[in-house]
Amino acid sequence: MSSFDGFSSTPLEQRNNSVQQLVRLLFLTITLLLLIPAVATIVVLIVEGAPGLSLEFFLDKPRQNGAAGGIAPALVGTVWLTAGALLFALPLGVAAAIYLSEYAKDNWLTRAINVAIVNLAGVPSIVHALFGVGAFVHFMQFGKSILAASCTLAVMTLPVVIVATRESLQAVPKAFREACWNMGATRWQTIWKVVLPNSGSGILTGLILVVSRAVGETAPIMFTGAVFLRALYPSGVFDKTMALSLHLFNVSTQVNDVPRHVPFAVALTLIGVVLAMNAAAIALRMRLRGRKKW
Amino acid sequence: MVTDPVIPPLLEVRDLSIHYGDKAALSGVSFDIRQHEIFGIIGPANAGKTSFLRAINRMDDFVPGMRVGGQICFAGRDVATVRNLYALRRRIGVVFPLPVGLPLSIYDNVALSPRLRGVRRRAELDQIVERCLTRAALWDEVKDRLTSLGSLLSGGQQQRLTIARALSQEPDLLLLDEFSIAVDPVTTMRIEEVLKELRNELTIVLVTNLVQQARRLADRTAFFLGGRCVELDATEALFSNATQQQTIDYLGGRFG
Ligand SMILES: Nc1ncnc2c1ncn2[C@@H]1O[C@H](COP(=O)(O)OP(=O)(O)OP(=O)(O)O)[C@@H](O)[C@H]1O
Ligand SMILES: [Mg+2]
Repeated sequence: MSSFDGFSSTPLEQRNNSVQQLVRLLFLTITLLLLIPAVATIVVLIVEGAPGLSLEFFLDKPRQNGAAGGIAPALVGTVWLTAGALLFALPLGVAAAIYLSEYAKDNWLTRAINVAIVNLAGVPSIVHALFGVGAFVHFMQFGKSILAASCTLAVMTLPVVIVATRESLQAVPKAFREACWNMGATRWQTIWKVVLPNSGSGILTGLILVVSRAVGETAPIMFTGAVFLRALYPSGVFDKTMALSLHLFNVSTQVNDVPRHVPFAVALTLIGVVLAMNAAAIALRMRLRGRKKW
Repeated sequence: MVTDPVIPPLLEVRDLSIHYGDKAALSGVSFDIRQHEIFGIIGPANAGKTSFLRAINRMDDFVPGMRVGGQICFAGRDVATVRNLYALRRRIGVVFPLPVGLPLSIYDNVALSPRLRGVRRRAELDQIVERCLTRAALWDEVKDRLTSLGSLLSGGQQQRLTIARALSQEPDLLLLDEFSIAVDPVTTMRIEEVLKELRNELTIVLVTNLVQQARRLADRTAFFLGGRCVELDATEALFSNATQQQTIDYLGGRFG
């Protein structure tokens, strides 16, 4: 037995230490394994799709049902649909979040609404698609159009906008609100001057989620406004339009004799659009977060 | 008790009771607070001191489950019947135990209340900001960095910023709730000097855990205990010959 020097570890401590090392290794391995599919997807997309990318690919209209030519109308259409979804989902979602977080009394109705919103976020997109057909294409008589598709995308993404915004509103300390109320500020003045300026990151999170889903989803737009082939750019919100996600589905499964690299090139573009827009929003969010405010 | 027959009291409290849900936090409190006095309130935790302050500027509206009974008249008006609560709250400045620098610039912290009441001219705002910060003994420390964030000042500075913000409301009544908890003794002394000067312009209700602070500042002092006002008297009288055994015990530090 060694003499006690105060720092030599007991057998129990040695065992705890090896357990802790093992756990760390195990979790590290799992994390790395999980990365493989994501990295592999990107690598395959780049290797297979990059040869198909060219200026013409982005600027030309599709020919031979998409087997040749470019993707310009689909790219433009996706921008229209995404912008439309943002236009509806962001202001409405932020308004609802403000109501729920700042005005609503904590009663059973509010709690029921909160639960409903969380559950709505989990509704499959095909269900939203059917809702969109009923509500916007037929009932509101928008027809199959960019407007109907944007509205459908907006309804689909509203819950996540609300939840993200509400969380960031609630992250603003109550003491700030009380200080303002004590000064004789109204609830709205308090929200406008102190609460909202400090919840930008949550609103940006909402924006990222809307963009990612609006760009990526196929089902909700397929029934409400997106078409397989339309060699024209949209000229208004009542036009039908092509969209990248649907075009990808199209060239990979519906059209014969598509050169091998075309679907990959479309997929690469799709991911590129999402990543670029998210990167911009994340950069903005980090700037907002980076400045410590309290 | 000698009351000046000419100047009516600023605050008349009659049989005030406060409940949170079914639990009473304060009951049967009645007294007047005179114009231009510093009115001290001492008492251990759970005495209902903070609740009393909340009732004065009608913050019960923002506290779920808080009910106020009895009557508080501010400048002759029953606060329960005031429609324009925002105007009422503007006339009452509040300082909390923990400093609250809003996440705005130092300038905007102090200019917020004037802006809310419609002051727009830059020169006028500049003047208010400088005057209030000077009176809160903070101007010299921050005059070169008015654009930096108020919420990132040190605790003691933030508390003085909070006081400056309260003063920018141009209040008739200032409610101070244990303002020196997060402030060092030197700064506390500086603020106390400021409060003595402010007595000429406004009325102050000073809730404090430091009985000596009440002794230094207050003209009259009330002793709250377990939701009741046990004793109220001119500060020196209360400290030198209190009539209630509980008061004597508390002041003597023998409280179990
Ligand atoms: N928002 C609230 N909801 C429910 N009960 C409350 C609330 N605020 C205070 N109380 C209760 O009211 C009683 C009095 O509290 P109050 O804060 O007025 O005491 P205090 O004298 O200010 O104490 P301290 O010296 O510790 O600040 C306490 O029993 C407390 O639990
Ligand atoms: Mg208190």
